[in-house]
Amino acid sequence: MSEKYLKNIYLWAVYLFLYIPLIILIFLSFNSSQYGTSIGEFTLKWYVKLFNNKGLVEAALNSFVLAVSVATIATVIGTLASVSLFRFKFFGKNFLLTLIYVVLMSPDIVMGISLLILFLVIDLPLGFTTLLITHVTFSLPFVVIALFSRLAGFDKNIIEAAKDLGADSLKTFWYIILPSILPAVVAGWLLSFTISMDDSIGSFFTTGPGFEVLPLKVYSMVRLGVTPEVNALSTIIFGLSFILIIISQILLRDKTKTKFK
Amino acid sequence: MKERNFFNIITVAVIALWLLIFAFIPNIMMFIISFFERSDTGFFEVAFTLDNYKSFFSSLYFQVLFNSFKMATITTILVLIIGYPFAYILARSNFKYKTLLAILVIIPYWTSALIRTYAIKVLLTTNGIINTVLETVGIIDTPLNLLYTEGAVILGLVYTLLPFMILPLYATIDKLDVRYLEAAGDLGASRFKVFTYIIIPLTVPGIIAGCLLVFLPSLGLFYIPDILGGAKNLLIGNLIKDQFLLARNWPFGSAVSNLLMIIMAFMLFAYYKSAKKINSKVL
Repeated sequence: MSEKYLKNIYLWAVYLFLYIPLIILIFLSFNSSQYGTSIGEFTLKWYVKLFNNKGLVEAALNSFVLAVSVATIATVIGTLASVSLFRFKFFGKNFLLTLIYVVLMSPDIVMGISLLILFLVIDLPLGFTTLLITHVTFSLPFVVIALFSRLAGFDKNIIEAAKDLGADSLKTFWYIILPSILPAVVAGWLLSFTISMDDSIGSFFTTGPGFEVLPLKVYSMVRLGVTPEVNALSTIIFGLSFILIIISQILLRDKTKTKFK
Repeated sequence: MKERNFFNIITVAVIALWLLIFAFIPNIMMFIISFFERSDTGFFEVAFTLDNYKSFFSSLYFQVLFNSFKMATITTILVLIIGYPFAYILARSNFKYKTLLAILVIIPYWTSALIRTYAIKVLLTTNGIINTVLETVGIIDTPLNLLYTEGAVILGLVYTLLPFMILPLYATIDKLDVRYLEAAGDLGASRFKVFTYIIIPLTVPGIIAGCLLVFLPSLGLFYIPDILGGAKNLLIGNLIKDQFLLARNWPFGSAVSNLLMIIMAFMLFAYYKSAKKINSKVL
């Protein structure tokens, strides 16, 4: 009995460790005292100050536009490729799969600087395009992995049946395969969206003047000191990611159900 | 038949070309540049040299490499010590909402790592929460210098990377065949023996996967020392970043990056070896 107690205490202690910084940020974002030294009154002034900070709002919008583009491109490329990789055997398949895993494991900083080298050597101006390429490259392996785990439970006989009944490849994909892997497609999109919104290391190297993204803006603010607007911003981002996670988890839960049936 | 091939070729070609152009070729370029000489006018001079690798051992950089490896090792060990019991208790528990509890570990990791690092800074500042609480309670008279220390950087790394250790461990421990443990128990093994001779060896792939996901990033996450550390607690990531953006020494920066890739290759190899032996992949 006491052993069970100890185990539970340990679990909750680790959860506390994981959540305390976030709880404090949320609390401080509504607290009128600037440094969090004293518990002041409830206030929304940091949120007002945040929305009056034009640079910050612009960076947030930039990041959002970028993340939507990244997620869409990565999901389309990743989904189509995963289906073909799942269905067909071809020369170089193992090399491609290995490459996907290596990209997945590569440290962000190595990917970031090697892409910087490429962009400067081929003389591509740094900005939206280079950020887009970087984030799609970061996201692709995650989309493929998400799709693969969903496709693992897919019955190939259904594809044969569709083919026998006269459906071509495109039709089979659109009417048979896509509907059944849709939850993983959406999850892959959300995953890529979050990767792009969140990436600071890759962006650090491949961003250019004229297109500032949120993580780098936050980075430059945070380095200078404790800024209450960042607390407010963090709370908003935390709230939004929380909603996104819940959506993606509901979609993924569907997968585990079919898997363990 | 032709149509099928067309669809197949196009879809695979797009991802293959993308990864070839934006992942494989850049890495090859980085590898080649690491053997070139630096140039004062351009990014590099096309002339073969091993000096960039020899520079690792000059006292200036060796100190950074050594410190970074030290901090990464401490971080990995701490994360393993905190994460293993946690993953074990959670995976072997019979909670009704076990999956939900596992997801709760991932949620803070989904929010910006940068913001979480900043949250730790808020905790540690001189007039921050920890100091205020300790002063109010009366344990200390003057605020402690918690920020800009090696401890702060390690705390930041441990906090950021803990979920990356817990999740692969959770996955392997969850897949453990209970019959092995029961068999060992029936044959008279003590709980300690079951743990050291059965559970640990069977979860080695998870341990290596976790270490891979923790050790590598803890060499590269340059923003953590930037926010939490002083000038003395630099990571290899800071060194690489400065070589490319400040010192403009591409060849040396590339050589240091290659070091990270070599470590990754080595750890991936160890992971596949152990996973093959035990026949359970987590990644």
